[in-house]
Order: sequence, then structure tokens, then C-alpha cells
Amino acid sequence: MSGPVFQARALTKTYRMGEAEVHALRGVDLEIRAGEFIVLLGPSGSGKSTLLNILGGLDTPTTGDVRFLEHQLTGADEAELTRYRREHVGFVFQFYNLIPSLTARENVALVTDIAVDPMSPAQALTWVGLGERLDHFPSQLSGGEQQRVAIARAIAKRPQVLLCDEPTGALDYETGKLVLEVIAKINAELGTTSMVITHNAAISGMADRVLRLGNGRIVGEEKPARKLTPAEISW
Amino acid sequence: MKSLDRKLLRDLWSLKTQVVSIALVIACGIGGFIGSLSTYSSLVWSRAHYYDTARFAHVFATAKRAPGSLTEKIRALPGVAEVETRVVRDAQLSIPGVVPPMIARLIGLDFARPPGMNRLTLKSGRWPAPGARHEVVVNQRFLEARALEVGAQLNVLLNGKLERLTLVGTVLTPEYIYATRGGGMPDDEWFAVLWTDARALAAAFNMEGAFNSVLLRLQRGTSTEATVEALDALLEPYGGFGAVGRTDQVSDKILTQEISQQKVFGTVLPAIFLAVAAFILNVVLHRQVNAQRGEIAALKALGYEDRAIAWHYLKFASAIVLLGVAIGVWLGHWMGNAMTGLYTDFFHFPEFHYRLELRLVLAGAGAALAAAFGGALAAIRGVVRLRAAEALRAPAPAAFRPLLLERLGYAGALTPAQRMIMRNLERKPLRAAITVAGIAGSVAILIAGTFWKDAIDWFMDVQFNQVQRAQVNVGFAESLPREALWALERLPGVKQAEVARAIPVRLRAGHRSYRTALNGLADGAELQRILDADLRQAQPAPGGVLLTTRLAERLGVAPGDTLIAELLEGKRVKAPLRVTGTVRELAGMNAWMRLDDLNRLAREGPVVSSAGLLVDRASEGALLERLKQMPAAAVVIVNRTLVDTFRETSAKNVLFFTAILSVFAATIAVGVVYNSARIQLAERAWELASLRVLGFTRGEVSVLLLGELALEIALAIPLGFAAGYGLAALLLALMPHEMIEFPLVISPRTYLYAGAVAAAAGVVSALIVRNRIDNLDMVGVLKTRE
Repeated sequence: MSGPVFQARALTKTYRMGEAEVHALRGVDLEIRAGEFIVLLGPSGSGKSTLLNILGGLDTPTTGDVRFLEHQLTGADEAELTRYRREHVGFVFQFYNLIPSLTARENVALVTDIAVDPMSPAQALTWVGLGERLDHFPSQLSGGEQQRVAIARAIAKRPQVLLCDEPTGALDYETGKLVLEVIAKINAELGTTSMVITHNAAISGMADRVLRLGNGRIVGEEKPARKLTPAEISW
Repeated sequence: MKSLDRKLLRDLWSLKTQVVSIALVIACGIGGFIGSLSTYSSLVWSRAHYYDTARFAHVFATAKRAPGSLTEKIRALPGVAEVETRVVRDAQLSIPGVVPPMIARLIGLDFARPPGMNRLTLKSGRWPAPGARHEVVVNQRFLEARALEVGAQLNVLLNGKLERLTLVGTVLTPEYIYATRGGGMPDDEWFAVLWTDARALAAAFNMEGAFNSVLLRLQRGTSTEATVEALDALLEPYGGFGAVGRTDQVSDKILTQEISQQKVFGTVLPAIFLAVAAFILNVVLHRQVNAQRGEIAALKALGYEDRAIAWHYLKFASAIVLLGVAIGVWLGHWMGNAMTGLYTDFFHFPEFHYRLELRLVLAGAGAALAAAFGGALAAIRGVVRLRAAEALRAPAPAAFRPLLLERLGYAGALTPAQRMIMRNLERKPLRAAITVAGIAGSVAILIAGTFWKDAIDWFMDVQFNQVQRAQVNVGFAESLPREALWALERLPGVKQAEVARAIPVRLRAGHRSYRTALNGLADGAELQRILDADLRQAQPAPGGVLLTTRLAERLGVAPGDTLIAELLEGKRVKAPLRVTGTVRELAGMNAWMRLDDLNRLAREGPVVSSAGLLVDRASEGALLERLKQMPAAAVVIVNRTLVDTFRETSAKNVLFFTAILSVFAATIAVGVVYNSARIQLAERAWELASLRVLGFTRGEVSVLLLGELALEIALAIPLGFAAGYGLAALLLALMPHEMIEFPLVISPRTYLYAGAVAAAAGVVSALIVRNRIDNLDMVGVLKTRE
């Protein structure tokens, strides 16, 4: 494994929720190397989504410093962050966030149209096992299929990092495992640095490294002795 | 306060911009309704009040010269309450520095004794001293139009003798609220009404012990027609020109027409505003209900009845309507007050009196509530139908399908963004249709409100360049032999001259009658032509009369019928006259004959009474000076001056109206576009935020949402043009048009202006919404389901 993709120093994030001040992050130091598969575990409110959002360029830290390769993300303006997301980051969300008025192929094309050197939409969809369902609308696809379209959309631009927030949260067991297999395959075959947020501790078996968050801090870090395949895990 | 009401207030607050924009559309409707109709009723009241206090006459008649002794006979007519006789004469008027000739109407008055009717109101200066021969008071409008001061000197040609009169005061009179020499246009700059000592005037015209003008006031319940008949019979031996009732009195007729227009504007245009408001409310409420499915389900689960929930949403609609009505009443009151003020100034009513009747407010509020409830009910029916369990589930994912275009195999050219826009439009065609209809409505209102200038310009062009092509018209004091033409042709600067004859006449058909003039046109006349609304030229057929369609309708006759013509001049011939045709002329109530036929009907030789001249512009001044010195040229009218005066007055009114309507139409367009954009944004925020997360820029995301609106506006504008054309035609059809029928002419400039206002409203709405697109919550969208 090579040098760090992400370097974060003393990240804090505070925001106001009505009258209350919420300390989402209280000083996080982090280094992620290229090609790593990271699982972020932690209870609700532990700060894992906030961390992922900051790394993905959706949010900025209140204090501290975060770099992606040579890009300084702290202090970047809205346009720079948009370009960063567009060029380097693939997102996968719990609720897929597909555009209902576009077919599977068109949802992927949405991203390949604005990316540099992307795969073709058909290639990306074939990669996630949906080569037969290119021209279906989201309303014609099952939840697992919709999530795989979302993954195809995320990887079609060949991003350096893939960020997944509860990718199996809305799926049943079998479908969830199918989706995890795709993510694992991307990490293994394309070498994409991947980060997965989950409530599901069983998934941590797939990781190179597991980070446990609690109360806005990293409270534990484990490196499983052997990386499991999705087929080997169960919950 | 119940918690459901608290929810209502918070919902209203959270949608405040939308609430206000809908309320403003309603306010425009109510404002227009109340403004126009309160102006209408205020003017009707002011006119009635003015007529009452000034004791305006009920019947008016003129004759050549009737003896004073006839007065008692007139007084004895059944139903006559009061009689007033006087001497009225027209004379040439000149003011140093003004070249085109003017006409003064001199009315004899005994200043020592207030007249029994048509009382004057002194506006400035003083009354002439009783018996002072050279002192006059003038109608206020002339003084203003000519920018004269009290004390000014006027030169009047009294029976061939130039007299210098001093203007000692200005007055208002109900008789000349519109002062005109007879045409349908106010003529204040070129026509002065002067009141002077009755004895002096009678002496100047050899009218001592005689009169040529009669005013009557009638007892309540007396038939005007019967009195007019009886008075005509009495005046006939003395050269009576035919009596008319108040409704045919020129000033009253024009005034009534002006006032009636308010009523048309006050009902047609507000109806459109309310319809648009109802549409928007429908869409907004639908959206509210859909967004609150979960809440509605929870309320139902908690045991709220359908009725209570439906009532909750009706109250939501009512709150918006009542806000709109409140603003509308204020706006209407302001507008009504301003317009009544403008008109009071324009008409010179002595008193300003604006009144807003409660029934108008109630009718407006009722109409707005009805429109809004109509719009709201469809949405509310959806609430009631929703079963609690069903409502608790998230709505099924929106189903899309390939576009019609794609199904037909033309998909290649579209980008994903264009496909999103097109599929959204195709998926909710009704909503898109409502948006398009709303914007088209605002375009239509603008066109219908502002095309008047085009219609007037076109009308003036036709009237003064194609119908009356003479630049100078000369009316002779007496009929002259046809050879007078030769003398006129030799005057300086005259390029072409043409003679004609007009004889005052009362036309009868059964029990209907109308007082007008028979116009005799020389064969092959070029300077005076008869054109119909489509500019086709018509000619009176030999041996009969050609009538303006409006006049034929009023008399209830058709080509082939026979009228009785009672000539009111010369030998006062009474003879049958065949109607040979009708022509839809734009202006007037004309009866046309061949000149020779007319003279034969009058049992006279080849005589003429007026001439039209085509003049070399450079010599116009010299020609007018010469005409002033010719006693035979009693009336000289320079058409150009009429056009200028008319343009100035109409420009002011049109401008005010255009400005108000532009604001109103822009309000509608913004209301529709903004609400449509906000609803789209609310429904698609999740999708658009997802795209932002994927790396789409703000601009790219804005295009997706605003592109749809742009497309709707682009569709709406041409539709609005068509609707505007139709609405303009409807307004024209509803307008009173006894004197003038305005053509349906709309210039490209008017279309362009209306389209530009709608487009600008779209841009403004887009900018407001763009701000919200820029602040889409990207983090939140990842954690929530659509």
C-alpha cells in the first residue's frame, strides 16, 4: 500500500440545532492510504456521517485541517468542493438517490457526461450485474437493483474514493450482501479507496481497518487479522 | 388556540412568500374590480348629483328663429315643468398668435337672474356685469387648453363685425362637460363656449324678442319622446332643427360612454385574475396536501374527522383569500379614489365625491372566496379520500416512462438534463397546463389592456388619412351654388378642393327616429370617402340612402326598407327615402346620398354647404388667414389640430392604464411562475440535492429546474398572444360603441411588450428561486428518503 489519500488533523465540527450547540466532531486525527477499505462503526450521533461528509467535500470542518492528496479541502470554496466531488469522489447513499425520471443508463450517464475519462454507462452497469436492465426506470427496479445503479453511477467516473453511507440500510439481508459484494469487488479489482459507514458490526470483517467513533472522537481502531469476503460474513 | 389552528398559522408562515404572492394576485383582481366599479358608481353618482344641482335640462332643441311668444305655448305642453329660451350662435374666434381658426359658441344669459336650468358654476374670476356688452365668461376647459388667464382678450366675428371681448371669469356647465362642435371627440383647444349678456347677443344677431335655443325640464314620469315630438311640431314653422332628449345630448352621450367603459373593465379583467388565483391555489394546496400526507395520516389516526381536516385546509385557503381581499380592498379604494379624481378633473365636475359601497367589497370578497374554494376543493377531496394507513406509507415512487418523442424514435438528440425536463412536463401535464395558462392569462391581460393605443392610432389614421382626406374643412354660413368650388380652388396653397352638402334631418322608421344629417357626396369624391371596417370603399346608390350599420340598427331598418326623412332646413321637405345599403363605418351615425339626389330631395338646385381642401403645407398659414376674412367660411377646421388634441388626451389616459395593468399582469406572472417554481423545488429538492452531491454545479442544477419553467413560459407567450387577441375582441364587443367602433388592431409592439413583461416576471421569479437552489441541503438529503 502507498502513501495517504486523506490526512485529517484535529478536525472539529460544531453546529447549532435551534438553541443547542451540537459538537459532532471533537478532534479527529486520521490518515487513510490509497486502496484501503475502511469501515466506520459507531452509534447514532457519534459523528461518523459528519466525518464522511467532510471527507467527501459536502461539509467543511469548524476547525482543523483536511487534505485529499495535494488538495487542501479546508477553506476550499463551494466551486472547488463541487469540482472535487465531480472529479474524485463516488457517493453511495442509504436511499440510492436516483433520479426517478431517468432510466438506469441515463442515471449513470448523468455522471459520465461531466466526468473526465469515465467508463461507459453500460460498462458500469454490467460491472454491477445490471447489464440486462439498462433501460429500466427506478420505479421498475427492486431496492437492491436501485442501489447497484447508484453504485454504478458512483464508480463510472473511476473515482479515487468511494464513500458509502449505510449502503445496505434500506435493504434486506440477501440484497444487502449482493451490494456489499459489489463494493468489495470495486475495492479489490479497481483499487478504489473505500469507506463504508454502517451500524452493522458484522460488515467490519470485510475491512482492512475498522474505525470506531463515539461522541465525536475516534475511540478505537482495529485491523482484522484476515479480510473476509461478503460471502463469509453473516448477521 | 387549538393546536390544529396553531399548525395552520405555522404552515402559513413557512409558506409566507407563496402566500403573499397568491394573495397579491387575488388583490389585483379585487383591486381592479373595486377600483373600476367604485369609480363607475362614484361617477354615476357625481353626474347625477351635478345634473341635479345644476338643474340640467331634460330636452334640448334649436331652431332658426322663434318668436318669444312661443315660449308660453311650449310651457303649456303636457309634462313640461320649466322652459328656458335663449340665443345661441357660433362665430369665428381668434386669439393673437393662433393661426388655425377657432369657433366660439356664444350663449346669451341674463346675469342679473340665475337661469332656471343648466346653471353655471363660477370657477374663477367674476360674473360679467349685467348689461356689460363686452364681458364674457368661458368654459374652464378652453381656458386650460389654451393656457389663457382671466382678463385675456378674445376677438369674435359677430354677424360680420369683429368684436373684442374680455374674459372676466371661467365657468363649469353640465351642458358642455364634453365640449365639441358635434364630433365624437373633445375639442377644447378649438372650441370655446362663451356666455355673454343676452341682450347684447340678441342685438348683434337681430334676435331681439326671439330665441333659437330651448331647454325644457320635465315633470317626473313624462315621456321624453312625446315631448320631443310635440316640441318639434311647435318649432317646425320657425326652422326647428329637431329636439333631442338628454340621452342624445352630445356631451351626455360621450360622458355616458366613458363611464360605461369602467363597468366593462371592472368585470372582465378581474374575472381573469380570480380564475388564475383559483388555479394557483389549487396547485399549491395539492402540493401542501401531498407534502403533509404523513401529518394527515397521523391526525386521522388520532381520531380527527375528515370534516375537521378538510376544514383545516379550507381555512388555509381562506386565510390567503382574506389577506388578498384586504390588500385588494385597500388597492381598489386607492385606485378608485385616484381614478375618480382623474376623471373629476377631466370632466370638471364641480365636486369631487368618491364613494366605496360595502356591497362592492362584499361582492368582491365573495367572488374571491368562491374562486379560491373552487380551486381548493379538488385538493381537499384528496385529503378526505386518503385512508390513514395508506397515508402513513410513503407515496409510491414516481413512475416515469419514455417520452412520446422517444417512443416515436427521436430520442437521440436529447441530453439527460433535457430528458428530465421533458419527462417531468409529460408526467404532470395538468400542472404544466395550469402554469402555462396562468402566464398566458397575464400576457392576455396586458394585450387587452394596452392594445387601445394601437386601435386608436389605427382609427385616427383611417379617419384622417383615408376617410376624411381633406386637411382643411370649410363649412359655409349659407348654402352656396356649386360654382363656389372654383373660388376655393384659386385660394393660395389649395391643391384640390371638393364640395359636399349636409342637411340636418330627422329620420323616422315606424315609432323610431334619429336626428342626424343627410350627407351629399359628389360623384367620384376623393377627399371624403366612405369606408367600412375592412377599409372597403362604399358608394351611395342612386336614388336612395346609405346608412352606417349602427344607425340602421337603431332605426330597425335594412336595405330595401323605406324611411321618412324630415329635412330640418330650407323647404323642410318630408319625403320617403329608400335605404339602398348599410356600411359598417368606424365612426358616426351617418346617412350618405349622392349630392344630386340630396339636392333633388330638398327640392333645391345644385347647392353645396361645405368643402374639403387638400393643401400645400407651406401655404397653410396664408390660406387660413384668407379664410378668416371670408364671411362665407363660417367654420374652418384643420384636421391635424383635432388629431393632435385627441392624441394628447388619449395618451395620458392610456399611459396610466397601461402602467397599472403592467403591474397587475406582472403580479400574475410572478405569482404563477414563482409558485410553480417553489412547488417544483419542494418536490424535487431531494433529487436536485442528490445531483449537487454527485458534483453538479449550482448552475447545472438550476438549469434542470428553471429549464422547465423557461419552456413553460416559452409555450405560454404565444398562447397568451392568441388569448389576448380574443380578450381584446371580447372587450370591444362589450364596450358601448354608439359613436365609435374601435377596430381590433394590435401592433407587434404591443405583443412584444406583453411577452417581455411575462419573460421579465419569469426571470425575477427564477432569481428568487435560484437563491434557494443555491442553498439546497446536501447533507440532509442523504439521510432522508424522498
